[in-house]
Amino acid sequence: MSARDATPVVEAVGLTKIYGSGNTEVVAMKDVTLQLARGEVVALLGPSGAGKSTFLTALGLINPPTSGRIVIGGETVMDGPRALVDVRAFRRQHLGFVFQKANLIPFLTAAENVAIALEINDTPSRAARKRALELLDYLGVADRAKHLPDALSGGQQQRVAVARALANEPSLLLADEPTAALDSHRGRQVMELFRKVAHERGAAVIVVTHDQRALDVFDRSLEMEDGQLRPGRPMDLNIKQE
Amino acid sequence: MNLAAKDIRHNFGRFALTTVGIGLLLMIVMGMGGIYRGLIHEATLLVDNIGADLWVVQGDTRGPFAEISRVPASLEDRARAVPGVMGARRFVSHTIQRAHQGRPLRVVVQGLSWPEDRGDWVPLEAGRPLRQAHFEMVADRSLGLELGERVRLGKDVYEVVGLTRGMVGSSGDGLGFFTVSDAQRIQFDVPGEALRLERQSRRARAEAQDIGQVQPLLLERAAGPVVGLPALAPPQVSAVLLTLAPGADADAVAGTISQWPDVAVYSQQAQSELLVSGMVDKARRQLGLFRVLLIIISTIIMALILYTLTLDKIHDIAMLKLMGARNRVIVGLILQQSLLIGVLGYGLAYWLGTYAFPKFPRLVVIEPQDLLSLAVIVLGISVLASLVGITKAMRVEPNKVLS
Repeated sequence: MSARDATPVVEAVGLTKIYGSGNTEVVAMKDVTLQLARGEVVALLGPSGAGKSTFLTALGLINPPTSGRIVIGGETVMDGPRALVDVRAFRRQHLGFVFQKANLIPFLTAAENVAIALEINDTPSRAARKRALELLDYLGVADRAKHLPDALSGGQQQRVAVARALANEPSLLLADEPTAALDSHRGRQVMELFRKVAHERGAAVIVVTHDQRALDVFDRSLEMEDGQLRPGRPMDLNIKQE
Repeated sequence: MNLAAKDIRHNFGRFALTTVGIGLLLMIVMGMGGIYRGLIHEATLLVDNIGADLWVVQGDTRGPFAEISRVPASLEDRARAVPGVMGARRFVSHTIQRAHQGRPLRVVVQGLSWPEDRGDWVPLEAGRPLRQAHFEMVADRSLGLELGERVRLGKDVYEVVGLTRGMVGSSGDGLGFFTVSDAQRIQFDVPGEALRLERQSRRARAEAQDIGQVQPLLLERAAGPVVGLPALAPPQVSAVLLTLAPGADADAVAGTISQWPDVAVYSQQAQSELLVSGMVDKARRQLGLFRVLLIIISTIIMALILYTLTLDKIHDIAMLKLMGARNRVIVGLILQQSLLIGVLGYGLAYWLGTYAFPKFPRLVVIEPQDLLSLAVIVLGISVLASLVGITKAMRVEPNKVLS
């Protein structure tokens, strides 16, 4: 099954981010425009300092752009540095995040780490618990549900982090080097997981990565250099395989 | 899901140690309040129980519990003649410290006016009141004496015939009840050599006078016992206690007696207030100051621990914010932990206090209103202590997760 369609779920229009001013001014992101379709999995490549994380955090409503516009699900959420929505509420309802480190809360079990994302979005406790177990099962770590993060391997932690990011069925999943701490086999497993999630659940996924070996998993890739975005090599093969 | 409880479970050791520390501090705060109450209770115990309507003491003094008060024993007869007075008793009070069985024995000696007052009003736990004019005593258990035990005080030996519990003076020393004459013998007891030297001194002074040189009999009298000297008054007492006739106007009686220039008169209430405002007041202020300091210390310790616990969770708090958690989720996490430390610490303080306070050398009286006010204070400091951590948590940016 594929949830992809041509409707853009995310639009970034002319995003620019400038840090500092005068002699210390640094343009981290310059006039970046992007559209992501529902169910699309996109790799964002580029050297360190190219502005990948700046772009990702801008899309994640963590780091507002200096100028430009962000539209998610047809709703303009940022107009320049000005938020047009309650960003925290918007994040919990529409966005999911996965990072290089799983960033699981150490005093919560795997299931609780997923359930908390649901509970802070007003899902009743019992329903949150049930849904968390379903997600862990979907990601193949249901047997680790009652374990604290310390007792999980890096790959298992990252799967739990993905489950947490998916808990509220976000329209956009943002991943910043999610496989950097994993070996190539586990790294590929996680990338394939993103593809599965995007295609089965209809979320748009954008993954910042340096890992060139797993690029065949993505629908397309983008490259960022000196704060500017340009298309990477075509990923038609993957799209045809769908 | 209760994040505070989950975090506590994960950091149980540190949380438990903090709670125990706060509990011990609060126990001391609780105990200090109890010691203050105990001081008042002990200070006013005798005045409240002795059953005197008016206390007649030395003029311009505040009575035997505040300072030395000496009035002539004959004041008892003078006071009886005042209209409205039904009875008058001599009363002696002084503190001694002697050795008994190789240990110091500190007794607040109370002289009762034999035979009118045999100590029937004294709440006995064992034994009986005084039954003879000499060589018997009723002792408080805090003195460590047993029923039937014999104690040498001065040149005489006294048998313990009755025991009380919790009858102590404002200094915390146990009360010992004797007849007035025994109390005076104990008070004015001096070694035989001192008596001989005093008699020689009196004889020398008489010989230096013309009258001594011409009247040899006077010289002999001067060198004899004090009781044989008409010029010397009999030993004085500390106070005379008056019982008023039913329906008598206490103010009128006090007004009459207060016109006598050699005495001052106080009601039982006034004597109690003098004790509290005089002897206990400084202790109250000192204890109060310690309580305030300990409460401040408790608050600082709680704030530091909560701040540290919050710092440990900064990354998790940033993650919660990134996930879109509302501020109340994060505030609740810190505030609930603070309140839990406060409430458990308070409970621990109370529980430990029930075992520890009875073993304190001074009486500790815990009143319900004191417990209630401390509970309110603990809730207040718990909220206050959490503010530092909450402020820190509120300032955390979600992008802290990326660092």
